[in-house]
Amino acid sequence: MRTIVILLICLLGIATGCKKIMPEAPEENELLDGPVDGLSSQEKIQFLKGDVAFNDEVFTSQTGLGPLFVANSCGTCHAGDGKGHPFTSLTRFGQTDSSGNQYLHVGAPQLQNRAIPGYTPETLPAGVGFSKILPPANTGLGYLDAVSDADILALADPNDLNGDGISGVPNWIHPPAYCQERANTVSHNGKYIARFGKKGAAYDLLQQTANAYNQDMGVSSSFEHYDTYSHLDMDPEVSNETVNNVVFYLKALKAPYRRNADDADVRSGEQLFMTAGCDKCHTPELKTGASSIAALSNKTFYPYTDMLLHDMGSGLDDNYTEGSAKTYEWKTPPLWGLGLSKASQGGSYFLLHDGRAHSIEEAILMHGGEGFVSKNYYQSLPATEKEKVIKFLESL
Amino acid sequence: MLRFYSILFSLLMSLSSFAQTDSSKISRTPTDTSKMQLNMDAVYNRPFLQYGKIPVAIGGYAEANTQYAVTDGVTEGFSFQMRRMTLFVSSSIHRKIKFLSEIEFEDGTKEINIEFAALDIQLHNLLTFRGGIIMNPIGGFNQNHDGPRWEFIDRPIAATQMLPATFSNVGFGFYGKTYKPKFVWAYEIYLTNGFNDNIINNTENKTFLPATKLDPERFEESFNGIPLTNAKTSFRYKKIGEIGLSYMGGIYNKFEDDGLELDSKRRVDVMAIDFNTTIPKANTVITAEFAWTFVDVPDTYTQQFGNKQQGGFIDIVQPIIKKKMFGFEKASFNAALRVEYVDWNIGTFKETGGNISDDLFSIVPAISFRTSPQTVLRLNYRQQWQKDLLGNPPARTGAIQFGVSSYF
Repeated sequence: MRTIVILLICLLGIATGCKKIMPEAPEENELLDGPVDGLSSQEKIQFLKGDVAFNDEVFTSQTGLGPLFVANSCGTCHAGDGKGHPFTSLTRFGQTDSSGNQYLHVGAPQLQNRAIPGYTPETLPAGVGFSKILPPANTGLGYLDAVSDADILALADPNDLNGDGISGVPNWIHPPAYCQERANTVSHNGKYIARFGKKGAAYDLLQQTANAYNQDMGVSSSFEHYDTYSHLDMDPEVSNETVNNVVFYLKALKAPYRRNADDADVRSGEQLFMTAGCDKCHTPELKTGASSIAALSNKTFYPYTDMLLHDMGSGLDDNYTEGSAKTYEWKTPPLWGLGLSKASQGGSYFLLHDGRAHSIEEAILMHGGEGFVSKNYYQSLPATEKEKVIKFLESL
Repeated sequence: MLRFYSILFSLLMSLSSFAQTDSSKISRTPTDTSKMQLNMDAVYNRPFLQYGKIPVAIGGYAEANTQYAVTDGVTEGFSFQMRRMTLFVSSSIHRKIKFLSEIEFEDGTKEINIEFAALDIQLHNLLTFRGGIIMNPIGGFNQNHDGPRWEFIDRPIAATQMLPATFSNVGFGFYGKTYKPKFVWAYEIYLTNGFNDNIINNTENKTFLPATKLDPERFEESFNGIPLTNAKTSFRYKKIGEIGLSYMGGIYNKFEDDGLELDSKRRVDVMAIDFNTTIPKANTVITAEFAWTFVDVPDTYTQQFGNKQQGGFIDIVQPIIKKKMFGFEKASFNAALRVEYVDWNIGTFKETGGNISDDLFSIVPAISFRTSPQTVLRLNYRQQWQKDLLGNPPARTGAIQFGVSSYF
């Protein structure tokens, strides 16, 4: 009898405590992944398919990896859909101006620094200009994709007509044939505004995704079908459906939620951010136009980017570029999710395009060119005020 | 394979028909309790059923469970799982010649494996020849893995996802034992087919020795023509317990094909230490195992696949009540705890010098009710922390499992 009682007590205790002893979900504002609110059931199904392809599918040599590659899955470079780690930084080389890449015959634009056994990875040609690029966060890409060209152009000021020292310009490119023009797209001498990538040189998320399969993993698709090792036309190693599902997944990822937005220090920091003029490039608010995903249509969102290229000074000039960008120009990176970066980068900050800045302050202090005045303003602040700026940035 | 099942089916049917005529002639072969047992004895030390004097005995075990797991607040809900059903058949061809086979059905019929099918010819106590599909004696769990022997529904992670659990290969070798009143010492040494390059080319995205099992041809031919060397020595001192030291190593990659050199020869080496004891008076059973793997991963490959791994587990089982319960003469009620750890990638990133994580830590408190040593009802709770390669905040998993496992 005593045994039965002990057993029953144990079972009852476990049954009632079941929920309490299970790990709870982290707060939504602590996570970068997850879909935007308002997806239809069909869209949720496609999101889940894309999620699996992006985060779970690992390529092997049997399923198309390489022979040359940088990473063997999408998730390797974008842990938790956040910023990448130097372990999977991409090395691009061979282009110093808008005339194009002069090293395509030796593997440019991207160095495949890893290879499956039996193959030799690429090495950089002697003396070539190159840039290391850390994988960006994926969050909120659908919002950025849905901003109209007109809105981007409205933020541009190529000749600095307003005299504020900031002269953002779009990166004009020739998109690959498989990219579909977005509604009301603007073309200029046959070129179109690109908006993804550290140099802003990818027209849309399909180009970004197809390139990543091909250049990062050595996986050919019907979109990018030339093997990075042999340079020969290959059969697709990933289906169009999978690529499209991944593109949808990227589009439908939510934007990061703010944390501590009402904190007094955070609000003061925000004010200092504006006073310093940081918001001239890191534009807080943008609007989407019409999107094929209803949940993204006509929304106001807060990415802290103007999606334009800016002169960042000689310190950040790697003597490499893409599209019409100059070697010293970089697209303003969105600041949303900045405070969550460490949780996807292994507990440390790796900021700026190549991860050279190990704290937010270091990243600010490395701003030159059009960011020089704002940096000086920040530098002149007392330590307590600087802390408020950092707190604000960490709240994004 | 079809023939094997036909024979097995015939055997079962014939035993069944015997049973219809005279069930009193079916008996359980007594397990050998006269000598101190080692993990290596587990393969024969099972409750077989035998009919009369027929030199064939059959047996098996099955285990099923239900599970409710939550990872970071997300759950797939309840699942019922038929993890495995294993059938074994042994026969004594001669007093000194035995054959045993073990077929395992995992997750229904998702995986069907011959885990063991070997002939033992005893030439001397210290020299028994074994040939066929043998269980590579690495660590203790690989040799002694029958579900009903354990208080935990999940097999140890270090023994299944770092070492390949129930790793068996075709090969030959020898083993031997010597008994003294206070101790027993044994050795095993085998040459078998070995690993293949799936261990660094798999969808687990880590160096994963169990991926070798995905090669359907591994029972047919060696992947690279170089045998895997496997050796173990075990020592049990009556008052202390059993300690085992084991090693297996060889070339895992296809370094040449059709006479053409493709790559340099790349080694995989595995070492393990296992220990088990029963503390007198308290009857606390402690089982522990720790292992290290060393894999020659090409420098030009991705650091995702580590060249060093380590991991292990310790199980503590404490009988709380041991008496007749619910009509079962030898019933016992036990409390147990497992602590386990695996690091699939020991090292630092070339790019930053920072630690490569890809590790797991888990604790599993459990209670079990044994109606007899052969049948166990068990309730487990798992709390687990798993970090990704970069060492980001760990994914936290909680799981409640209830299941049954029994020899039949």
